[in-house]
Amino acid sequence: MRKQKEFIGLLGLRISIFVVVISFLAILVFISSKGFKVLNIEFLLAVPKDGMTKGGIFPAIVGTLYLCLGTIIVALPLGVLSAIYLIEYAACKRLIKTIRIGVSALAGVPSVVFGLFGLAVFVKFFDFGVSVLSGALTLGIMTLPVIIKASEEAILSVPKEFKEASFAIGATKWQTITKVVLPTALPGIITGTILGIGRAAGETAPILFTAVTFYQRLLPRSVFDEVMTLPYHIYALMTEGTAPEFQVPIAYGTAVVLLGLVMSINFVAILIRVKSRRAKKW
Amino acid sequence: MKKNFIEKLLPVFALLTWVFLFGIMLILFIEGTPIFKSVPIFKFIFGRHWYPVHEPPEFGILPLICGSLMVTVGALVIAIPLGLGCAVYLSEIANRGVREIIKPFIEMLAGVPSVVYGFFGMVLLAPMIQKIFHLSIGLTAFTASVILGIMALPTVASIAEDAISSVPKALREASFALGANQWETITKVVVPAAKSGIFAAIILGIGRAIGETMTVLMIAGCCAVITPNFFRPVRPMTATIAAEMGEAPMGSMHYHALFAIGLVLFLITLGLSLIAEYLKEK
Repeated sequence: MRKQKEFIGLLGLRISIFVVVISFLAILVFISSKGFKVLNIEFLLAVPKDGMTKGGIFPAIVGTLYLCLGTIIVALPLGVLSAIYLIEYAACKRLIKTIRIGVSALAGVPSVVFGLFGLAVFVKFFDFGVSVLSGALTLGIMTLPVIIKASEEAILSVPKEFKEASFAIGATKWQTITKVVLPTALPGIITGTILGIGRAAGETAPILFTAVTFYQRLLPRSVFDEVMTLPYHIYALMTEGTAPEFQVPIAYGTAVVLLGLVMSINFVAILIRVKSRRAKKW
Repeated sequence: MKKNFIEKLLPVFALLTWVFLFGIMLILFIEGTPIFKSVPIFKFIFGRHWYPVHEPPEFGILPLICGSLMVTVGALVIAIPLGLGCAVYLSEIANRGVREIIKPFIEMLAGVPSVVYGFFGMVLLAPMIQKIFHLSIGLTAFTASVILGIMALPTVASIAEDAISSVPKALREASFALGANQWETITKVVVPAAKSGIFAAIILGIGRAIGETMTVLMIAGCCAVITPNFFRPVRPMTATIAAEMGEAPMGSMHYHALFAIGLVLFLITLGLSLIAEYLKEK
């Protein structure tokens, strides 16, 4: 009886892992099998034509890359500096705890609420309009918790001896941080940043009212222009327009490109993590 | 020790997360509360009709809250057993090699953009569900629950795994020494010991499901009705904001009402985050 119970229980655990792996593969295989049919150089490098029923998705690819870049510029410095403060400077335990709670709470805010915030503050109040700038600022704030957490972990894992050696040869605290701690923690910080960017690249709700437009023939020329993005393009193709028979295949193609982009971003992050772990000599 | 300029500014950067958190709350208050001048707060939350563009309009968000609750509960029914199953499997049963392969799978599953999940749901799952259950439309609360469950799963799995693997080894050994088998050790010793971390994982999973926007916007259907039937379309709060913000004229009652929904969402997720933090501390 006990044996059978154990057998069934452990079988259940194996099944749950199986379901997870299968559902991931199902999504991947199903979307790529249909998407690769429409994928070619023209699809990647042409602009949309004939009311979204023909042509490519080049402006959406460029738009997504612009927003990712903007997100890094906003979130990376803020995140790393916050982490440095939390690990190396903050002395008051309660303050540290309060800040950490804030980080977790910010991470839990729904993406569409960030969109509302961006709309009211960046689009309306600062009058940046629906633009790359508003979108990048909104996504940057949303990505901040991920980068703070990753940088904290990375900085924390720098061995104490490294810092002590640096102090021993007369370096100041700031010199130690910029010349010893940050370079050592860099792989971890990069991994976290990449993962954060991977999420930002796929987000739709925060940029829905702050950055995107359905259709644009020209690429954005300044940070005050609106952009097309891959995730929004999928959504728009599926919910707007009048020719689903032409739009759905394009949506498959766009989904493959987005999935490919996000997966390779994640893959690079995992690779860096594994490599830096192996390279560690301490 | 003299501090340089950046060092002096560090605490400011670290406190920015709270600034953003308060900023979001403040904006939602400023833009959301004007609706309560014309619609009393009680009527707003418990009103059974959401007809924002009727003449006269009605702003009752109870159907939207019910929609959110339904898909969240549905998602949890899938995400909790599977997520916990994965967590227990990874920390108690899998050997190192298996773990190194499975963990990236779960991370990748978390990295799939929500719009791709929505797309997958629209093109594959919804037609399947429509056929299997002989429904007139495949976009239902059930469809959204299934996809949301898969989406919330990585959150539950990874946080629960942290909690379970931090249970001291001695507890397991003591249990084995008393003659318990592996399943008994898992269910009677390890899981109870990791209880509060597991609850935190579940609560963060709830937060993830309730705040998810694009998926429910694409596959939950769009009827703002109160129904106990999972095979009917529903309209969660997030989807309402995302779908209607584009059409609501700035400064109109509808616009303020959408911000007020954002405020409700924000307060719910903030509460969930704080509870999860408290449980993790325990």
